[in-house]
Amino acid sequence: MNKNFILYALILTFGIAAPFIFPAFKVQLSILCVLIILAITWNIQGGEMGYNSFGNILFYGLGMYLCASVQVGMFFPLAEWTESGGEKTFVHTPSQFFQGMAAGLVVAAIIPTIVAGLIGYAILGLRGHYFAICTLGLGVAAGEISGGIEIIGAGQGFTTPPFPNVGGLEARGEFFYLLSFVALVLTFIVVRGVYSTRFRLILNAIRDNEDKAEAMGIQTMKYKIIGWMISAFFCGLAGGIMGGLVGYIDSTDVAFDGREMGVFMVLMAILGGKGTLWGPVIGATVFHIFKEGFWTFFLGWQYVALGVLIVVIVIYFPEGIMGWLREKYPERFGEVVDEADRKAQVELK
Amino acid sequence: MVFQYPMITVQACLDGILLGVLFALIAYGMALQWGVMNIINIAQGDLVILGGYIAYFMYLYGIHPAWGVIVSPIIMYFVGVGIYKLVINKVVDRDLFISILATFGISILFMQLMNFAFGADVVLANSGYGTTFLFDSNVVLPNSKIFSAVVSIVFAIGLVIYMKKSKLGRAIRATAQNSRAAKILGVDTEKVYAATFGINAALCGVAGALISITFTIHPYMGLPYTIRSFMIVIVAGLGNLPGVALSGMGLGVFEEFADYILGTEFRIGAVFLLLVFILVYRRFKLSKKREYLK
Repeated sequence: MNKNFILYALILTFGIAAPFIFPAFKVQLSILCVLIILAITWNIQGGEMGYNSFGNILFYGLGMYLCASVQVGMFFPLAEWTESGGEKTFVHTPSQFFQGMAAGLVVAAIIPTIVAGLIGYAILGLRGHYFAICTLGLGVAAGEISGGIEIIGAGQGFTTPPFPNVGGLEARGEFFYLLSFVALVLTFIVVRGVYSTRFRLILNAIRDNEDKAEAMGIQTMKYKIIGWMISAFFCGLAGGIMGGLVGYIDSTDVAFDGREMGVFMVLMAILGGKGTLWGPVIGATVFHIFKEGFWTFFLGWQYVALGVLIVVIVIYFPEGIMGWLREKYPERFGEVVDEADRKAQVELK
Repeated sequence: MVFQYPMITVQACLDGILLGVLFALIAYGMALQWGVMNIINIAQGDLVILGGYIAYFMYLYGIHPAWGVIVSPIIMYFVGVGIYKLVINKVVDRDLFISILATFGISILFMQLMNFAFGADVVLANSGYGTTFLFDSNVVLPNSKIFSAVVSIVFAIGLVIYMKKSKLGRAIRATAQNSRAAKILGVDTEKVYAATFGINAALCGVAGALISITFTIHPYMGLPYTIRSFMIVIVAGLGNLPGVALSGMGLGVFEEFADYILGTEFRIGAVFLLLVFILVYRRFKLSKKREYLK
């Protein structure tokens, strides 16, 4: 416990100090925080519960649109804002901006949670690949439909309110980094708390054998819905922050971007190790560093690299980094290893 | 609308049926690989689009694109076998989700490579077949659509006969029933799998060539075709050929009506929503018997 405490304190200190150590990478660090949140949320039902969703992008995009809409709609008519496009006729004062952002983030987290609860009963009754394809359909449908809705900008996109003129670009970067880092810490603490209860065991039971779990008297549907709702809450929050960070929302390229974000979150969780607490965090960090490097040096080929990366990770590395570590150092994971047994196995090989 | 404008209804139905035959052809390939190898291929639609570009390039070089119906499947067969050898054979006997994710990766890869190679423009291969007018020119049917439906039916029937009569067809059906038993009885299942994936890719090639003649193709248009074929297969069930044909046509008609009533911008959205509704409907129907979709 003591060792863990020092580790957490170190990571927290590093997290707070990061924008001052790497002042040039503030935006990248904020995106990293958002990516980690997404990976953690995907892992709740993808890794722990065994329901591999391609559709959590739905909550992310929903959160993004809701946050921006609330931020604008609280003070100005929304329709005129989106119609004016890039040329701003309305300007947020600093207090309006921050109030709007706060209210927007609350809405962005709560509405997706409600949506997850409402559709959960219908969708979570599907299993395995049917669930995967169904959620894939949901995500793409949301993107296509939101691209046809006039009030949130339809095809031409939605410009989120620009950061007010206090402190310039530096302040903007620091604000969004702080926001996303706080959200990340919040997510991590909540998810860690949830995992330390019986809830995680129930989710794992559902993953391992749902019929048996049900036969043991667990109301699987209830827990599945709750798991998805927790996932949706933080997914929506991450979406709201990302919307403000990017500054521009497009239905299929930014918000409901199943081709990028929707796959990224699955990939990051798998790369780090499904069904572990730290796996998604490590996976997202490694993935983001790799991705940014690749995106910068091989511009234009990034999707090719992404496709190859998916195939390689899925085929050769399905257990992820944590799974690999676990196999290598089982003692660290609290597994008892019989040395004689291990040696015998090695000799057999 | 159905009774107010009968001509539009007739038009939509005819368009939908002709389109649906094409979807059924793609879905047939999907059902084949799903049944035999137990994988779901998300890259199905991208194979279709690639097949379409083959026909389009023949058109650019002055060959009539209808020949693409012959050339495209031959090329696509080898593309399919290549994909099988590189990727699919490593996911065949694993979890279905692994195959979904791996083929999703292939799909992204293909999308982007096609974008580099052929550009991001919407293109079509002009067949110059003209149009047929029915009911005092109130209903307009491009001949290319009729051509594509006829070719699809010919290929589908040809494949059914091939699967019934030929040695490879028998081996494929045996592997689908029980791959272990087939292996014991001397079927080279590895070869059968490769051939199945190749045949599936070839079917996609035919469909793609027809789509490039009839409609338009674009590097990023693959995924809707995958979803359509998945939908047709889950409605009809694996190995139910008349069902595949019927539900394909039904889907085509649904799309045309969605296009007229909701507007073209919601067409793809309607397809994806229909998928969700079908899955949820079947889930509720089965849950009454305390079962779930398998």
